[in-house]
Amino acid sequence: MYAKDGETYFVVDAHIALWDARPENQLNIHGKQFIDCFYDYHRNLSPESEVWPYEEYLYYGSERLMKDLFAEGHVDHAIFQPALLSAFYRTGFGQTEEAFALAEQHPDKLTYNHCWDPRHEQAGLDQLRRDAERFHLKGVKLYTAEWQGDSRGYKLDDPWSYRYLETAQELGIKNIHIHKGPTIRPLDRDAFDVADVDKVATDFTDLNFVVEHCGLPRLEDFCWIATQEPNVHAGLAVAMPFIHTRPRYFAQIIAELLYWVGEDRIQFSSDYALWTPRWLVERFVDFQIPEDMDDYAPLTVAQKKKILGLNAAAMYDIPVPAECAVTEPAAV
Amino acid sequence: MQSDDLRRRAHHALDAVLDPELDEPITDLGFVHSLDADDTGRITVHLRLPTSFCSPNFAYLMASDAKDVLSALPGAAAVTVVLDDHHDSDVINRGLAADAGFRGTFGPEAEQDLEELRAVFRRKAHAAAMERALTRLLRTRPGLTDEGLYDVVLGDLPDDDTTRALLRRRAALGLDPRPTAPVLVDDHGERPRPEDVPLRLRFARATRISIEGNAHFCRGLLRTRYPDEATDHQSLAPHREAVS
Repeated sequence: MYAKDGETYFVVDAHIALWDARPENQLNIHGKQFIDCFYDYHRNLSPESEVWPYEEYLYYGSERLMKDLFAEGHVDHAIFQPALLSAFYRTGFGQTEEAFALAEQHPDKLTYNHCWDPRHEQAGLDQLRRDAERFHLKGVKLYTAEWQGDSRGYKLDDPWSYRYLETAQELGIKNIHIHKGPTIRPLDRDAFDVADVDKVATDFTDLNFVVEHCGLPRLEDFCWIATQEPNVHAGLAVAMPFIHTRPRYFAQIIAELLYWVGEDRIQFSSDYALWTPRWLVERFVDFQIPEDMDDYAPLTVAQKKKILGLNAAAMYDIPVPAECAVTEPAAV
Repeated sequence: MQSDDLRRRAHHALDAVLDPELDEPITDLGFVHSLDADDTGRITVHLRLPTSFCSPNFAYLMASDAKDVLSALPGAAAVTVVLDDHHDSDVINRGLAADAGFRGTFGPEAEQDLEELRAVFRRKAHAAAMERALTRLLRTRPGLTDEGLYDVVLGDLPDDDTTRALLRRRAALGLDPRPTAPVLVDDHGERPRPEDVPLRLRFARATRISIEGNAHFCRGLLRTRYPDEATDHQSLAPHREAVS
């Protein structure tokens, strides 16, 4: 919980990872390229005081995660959103066993979401049923640019993808977090296009679709579909740190999301360990739309409370202490 | 020297190659890492991008456009374009060397060439340019409302860079360039219903914010990735001055 100026904020970090990108876990050059890309994101968008040494960034482990999020980061509950990247890393990028064990140890603080890949077809569907039971899944993270064999990505409206979503619905896995990357099949399309989210959101109205980094780099397309589909939500992974490097751009993103998507469907996340949550939470609570941007209304405390935690808490049935609630509860 | 002249013309030619996603020249973005030309007409260009994981289709598009504009230069005998430090560098560089085209380069991963992808981003670039022109007009004319933009025609816009940028984007889409043509139109040149004008403007604004934000992020990442090297502007500066 984070308290400031007489207000108490319940914080849910809706997108975190426990990764291992050390050289011994890299399968090939792409493993190094991938973590180097993350590290450049981290260095480029963090305040200087928050930049980690490269070695620590490769692997930080459970203990540091608990410290960065809960001891120092003001976070009350966090949700693992793993990317496996099996084509780049021996035991995967996201460390399933270590993260799940940690979530079992701290069920009040951590939720473990797993992932699937529809290109595993029937075998993957069978695995999904086992995973749902073992991990008590409420949600999954789908990275559509994952490489596998000759294929370097998929779309959510592929036929097998539909079967996985049907199974998720049947198993009560309600929250589908979507992360778009640079590759899909076919490669001549825009991989960041979110039109497939539009289709599945229409066809699976019982599921919530949380589009990570709020559709960036296609913010406008995301906003447009979110106005049509009430079950599409914005995850703020990657968008948050602009609060430091480009506060005016951050103001525009938040204001556009509030206009198109609304205050009940935006979720805070640090994307840990891309960035650490402490400074992001503190900056966001202090943040205001610059006065000269008079097209946009100022952010209210209630909006900040919903975005920082109440919206994701409602989606994941995480109990919120009464003192953190807003008069009008967040709706999902 | 003959090679200096060719190099200058080569750099100028590369100014016409745009990052389709960011709608800016690759020379301004710093994506041209080096450019060499010799007296035999051999031109070698190295391109570099903000991350190894920039979309391979856009990477290919910029590299092949670079090769096309350089090959068209009088006096260019052999043109080599190399994409450095990308996850698909090997595939793309082989394809460029063989002039294999997009489908030839990526094989079964590509179903069509990249014309539709290009068209998508031409439409976005137009929306952003239109929003810039109209928002500025709103700021300079206090009585003008969002709804009033329905009646604004090209002839109402001042003769300046913002308007010229809009005219270029309209030309790329084949939209009416005449002064009587309405400014606020969709990708096909059609006007929205008057009551939809504020929403259309708002959507164009989200497009503009997205493009500008991406461009800024990409520039920043490029600087983070290659901190110790001169930017394109610096490394090519003497030649730029010679041009101007």
